[in-house]
Amino acid sequence: MNKIVPGLREALAGIHDGATIMIGGFGNAGMPRELIDGLIDQGATDLTIVNNNAGNGDTGLAALLAARRVKKIICSFPRQADSYVFDGLYRSGELELELTPQGNLAERIRAAGAGVGAFFSPTGYGTLLAEGKETRLINGKNYVLEYPIHADFALIKALKADRWGNLVYRKAARNFGPIMAMAAKCTIVQVDQVVELGELDPEVIVTPGIFVQRVVKVNGVHA
Amino acid sequence: MKRFTRDEIASRVARDIPEGSYVNLGIGLPTLVANHLDPSREVFLHSENGILGMGPAPAKDQEDEDLINAGKQPVTLLTGGAYFHHADSFSMMRGGHLDICVLGAFQVSKQGDLANWHAGAPDAIPAVGGAMDLAIGAKRVFVMMEHQTKNGESKIVEHCTYPLTGMACVSRIYTDLAVIDITANGLVVLEMTEGLTLPELEKLSGVPLTAA
Repeated sequence: MNKIVPGLREALAGIHDGATIMIGGFGNAGMPRELIDGLIDQGATDLTIVNNNAGNGDTGLAALLAARRVKKIICSFPRQADSYVFDGLYRSGELELELTPQGNLAERIRAAGAGVGAFFSPTGYGTLLAEGKETRLINGKNYVLEYPIHADFALIKALKADRWGNLVYRKAARNFGPIMAMAAKCTIVQVDQVVELGELDPEVIVTPGIFVQRVVKVNGVHA
Repeated sequence: MKRFTRDEIASRVARDIPEGSYVNLGIGLPTLVANHLDPSREVFLHSENGILGMGPAPAKDQEDEDLINAGKQPVTLLTGGAYFHHADSFSMMRGGHLDICVLGAFQVSKQGDLANWHAGAPDAIPAVGGAMDLAIGAKRVFVMMEHQTKNGESKIVEHCTYPLTGMACVSRIYTDLAVIDITANGLVVLEMTEGLTLPELEKLSGVPLTAA
């Protein structure tokens, strides 16, 4: 078994129009820049994107939005000082937004990966973001029913991988990577380093290879 | 009227954080609290993006793109600190493991409802981030804010007019005029700026207050 693919083209092969794609990262930390640029070249359109944010500046996710490839974004914090690409598309009605509290976003992703059908979360109860959702009083506390977010693909960034797809991350760039890897049918990982089997200490592997389908090495700063 | 400065408010909050506490400081005014924590006491700062034991900003040219706080500014990790993924990070909040979180606010109601994520403008681009998870998750929620808006309206209100972040979640309010506990028996004033009287504070606040 060898999950290492030779380049971005092979890594992103088969991403279809209309796909739901999770993209890792919190701001720039953990954002898989090369995979996003590769996705723009690859050409898939009409995409639903799941990310914590909605792009900064003109590169990465913002460039994907600017290329008009995205119909809907599910995120917790789209508005930033330099989120002007998102802002413009959202105001003109060209981009649908599903706003989710960050912890519910994370748990909905985790639930998908864990095979959970839905869960009751206390977050957001009594707020605009719970309007229209089922609620339940459990042991004196109010909860909102939240459903998992499944994805066709996840594009994430890790520091190191081996050919079985075992991953370790770097610092706070880990963020959404491990749970998105669980939630997608096909998880595509860009790494700075590919190492031999056995080089990753089994006690510290963060994402076991079962959650990873393809690994591509990029010339990152920690290569 | 004498008012507490932002640093005085932050210092007052810092004094109320016991050694060994797990604490999340929200974006904006609450981040000032970190500068006032007594370095001889160990307090664990949590950052929603997967850090416990967060340290101060790095020296110039030591910034690391992979080590940032919730506001996406560069930070450091203290010796003994840890990284973890987002579902674990928000389990720390929702699961009630954080002792204290300190948040900014547009409004706090006398029942402790919090409004701090949406200014209510119909054309505003909404963004919530971790605000709602923090509001309902920590054992105690401290709010740091100016007592009044720029137009002189009280930010402590009967009922929030801005969209809510969480219901009945705030424990204590620190403002430039007072420190106020939200209790089952209403709002209890623990401290006021020098020279201010309870009736004067009550008039400025527009809600019933009692002395501790």
